Amino acid sequence: MHSDMAELQFREAIRAAMVEEMERDENIFLMGEEVAQYNGAYKVSEGMLDRFGPKRVIDTPISENGFAGLGIGAALNGLRPIIEFMTFNFSFVAFDQLINNAAKIRYMSGGQFKLPIVFRGPNGAAGQLGATHSTSTESIYATIPGLKVVAPSNPDDAKGLLKSAIRDDDPVIFLESEVMYGLRGEVSDEPDYLIPLGKARIAREGEDVTIVAHSKSYWIALRVADRLAEEGYSAEVIDPRTLRPLDIDTIVASIKKTNRCVIIDESNPYASISSEIAYQIQDRAFDYLDAPIRRITAKDVPAPYAKNLMEYYMPQEDDAYEACKQVMYAG
Amino acid sequence: MAIPVEMPKMSDTMEEGVLVSWLVEEGASVSAGDVIAQVETDKATMDLEVYDDGVLLKKVIQEGEAVPIGGLIAVLGEEGEDISEVLAKYGGGDGSAAPEPETKAEAVEAEAGQAPSGDGAAEEAAVAAGPEEGARIKASPLARKMAREHGIDLRTVRGSGPEGRIIKRDIEALLAGAPVEVPEAAPKPAPAEAPAEAPAMPAAYDVERISQMRKTIARRLAQSKFTAPHFYLTVDVDMEKATAFREQLNELAEAQGRGKVSFNDLVTKACALALRQHPYVNASYLEAEGEIRLHREIHVAVAVAIDEGLITPVIRHADRKGLGQIAEETRRLAEKARNRELQPEEYTGSTFTTSNLGMFGIDEFTAIINPPNACILAIGAIRDVPVVRDGEVVPGRRMRLTLSCDHRIVDGAVGARFLTTVRQYLEEPLNLLL
Repeated sequence: MHSDMAELQFREAIRAAMVEEMERDENIFLMGEEVAQYNGAYKVSEGMLDRFGPKRVIDTPISENGFAGLGIGAALNGLRPIIEFMTFNFSFVAFDQLINNAAKIRYMSGGQFKLPIVFRGPNGAAGQLGATHSTSTESIYATIPGLKVVAPSNPDDAKGLLKSAIRDDDPVIFLESEVMYGLRGEVSDEPDYLIPLGKARIAREGEDVTIVAHSKSYWIALRVADRLAEEGYSAEVIDPRTLRPLDIDTIVASIKKTNRCVIIDESNPYASISSEIAYQIQDRAFDYLDAPIRRITAKDVPAPYAKNLMEYYMPQEDDAYEACKQVMYAG
Repeated sequence: MAIPVEMPKMSDTMEEGVLVSWLVEEGASVSAGDVIAQVETDKATMDLEVYDDGVLLKKVIQEGEAVPIGGLIAVLGEEGEDISEVLAKYGGGDGSAAPEPETKAEAVEAEAGQAPSGDGAAEEAAVAAGPEEGARIKASPLARKMAREHGIDLRTVRGSGPEGRIIKRDIEALLAGAPVEVPEAAPKPAPAEAPAEAPAMPAAYDVERISQMRKTIARRLAQSKFTAPHFYLTVDVDMEKATAFREQLNELAEAQGRGKVSFNDLVTKACALALRQHPYVNASYLEAEGEIRLHREIHVAVAVAIDEGLITPVIRHADRKGLGQIAEETRRLAEKARNRELQPEEYTGSTFTTSNLGMFGIDEFTAIINPPNACILAIGAIRDVPVVRDGEVVPGRRMRLTLSCDHRIVDGAVGARFLTTVRQYLEEPLNLLL
């Protein structure tokens, strides 16, 4: 428990992080489609234009490649931009900026340039928005050396992690989930409430199986843990929070205790963050595994539009529950 | 262009074929349709035809060797042609094309050479080479680590995971000495409903892990009983002369400070001498090799019960040894057996086995053949019984011998004749000295 807590929505926690940081450091500015006049497509930046003025809360045209590049240029010149994508699916339009510029400038300049920039916005599927609006991009960005990838699961983490991301001198991909924007939770009011990047959270302690789950999959993990608890099994739930750098130490320590692991990940499965976590576990804790690692992911297809198919496409709680039973050899 | 000649599939159930005989020499010209060799399958011996014209450049396998279906038997081609490519394609040159059958034969031999019981080393060899036991052990990495730390042999653990995978709980159960929980067992009780400590129920049985020795005995005896069709012949032997004979012998032995000769030693010697006259009893039926071995040497094993199970020390060349020597050796080996000090060469390689339960008052019993022996003799107690002689009931001393025979090699009359010879030796024991 933190000393000062307020109950905030996920979107309010993100806004609070931005506001607090922008008040602290005038080099920080927010830029993106509809972030200013419209108060943000998901009302994340509500009131920020009034508070900081049009030089620091900037509406852009529909031009992801352009404003991402603009942000990178600004960061190279000493500012600290926060770039909002209306959805991270649109970040693909800015792929060259993100991967060839943002991720590589520090490396290619031999460390002469740093790039303090945050790319943030809603990630993953949310209702029936079709394949091009539903990609969970964390697995894609996590493969790119030079990018940090953060995906919080709750308002408090969102605030603490975003503040750290804004203060970080390297480009950070900060992934929110639009279905969580309304999620309420206690959020710290402390002025410098920072959650370090690269540090996982043991959300629930347990002995029998470790469930690793980030962002909204974390909530599936908690429900599965509840169901297992009713049957007398105790699941440890770990929310990595940051997917790159990954806090593999915390995960491995948990595996050494439980000997079993199930990963829930909303991304498509192939060569994904879940496969990476599974690899790292076997690399570090092979002798502690009592069962093959299982993972529950989105299906290996583009997200469908039809509601029933969409629901089927997403990682299923029942599948995660069954996977836990399987790795525990619990019939 | 060199042409490979492969082992054809000659019957539905055929897996490999044995090349029984070559009919063509290397260097000879052959034409399509010529029979170049005879191949024995699981069902019959058949002709191996070639489908091409050419010169038989190489016989890749030798007579008596087995090759799996599709394996290389020979290479045809033109005189002087380079065949190394063909040989390489089939996995190596000179006759090495069939490494699998070779190892298989060795495995069978290793198996065959074993006593019904063995120590860890013998078991290990069997496990490594045996066709079934050789299969990979499935165990989780954690279970392997735990087994390593506790010095547990994973082969002794029954896995309760999928496809028999050995998992953490199996090792834990083993360490706790408790039976393994079945995977489908009811889930752990919910802590809400049941307090963590349920009242302990007294176990209805004690659990003992199956020892390697017991496992080997079980496997070998089951193999014997299930594969060798047993039949049994019993005779009642008049032991009056043998009793007197033994008393005399032991008076001499005592005077010389030597150990006594037991009835069992007399039977061992009688069997050894009888085996000389009945080669089909001193034999092995080796199905896998397709041969019957008529052993030239006579090695009689004597079953000894020890705490861990049964072991059969072998009196080598028992037919050539005197009674005193047999008595001494049997006593020494039995002692070593009880101390578990027997070396493998002391309990393997028997050609015949005896088993004696007379000291327990058992009059008559049947024993399971100790493979690859063809027979085993079960020795009962010597009883004082009323016998009818010349119309009068008089006291007599009798002992029942029951011969278990592997009918695949020993027929009723063969077994009966052998048993008759043994009886004659015991009823006229002076013959044992001739």
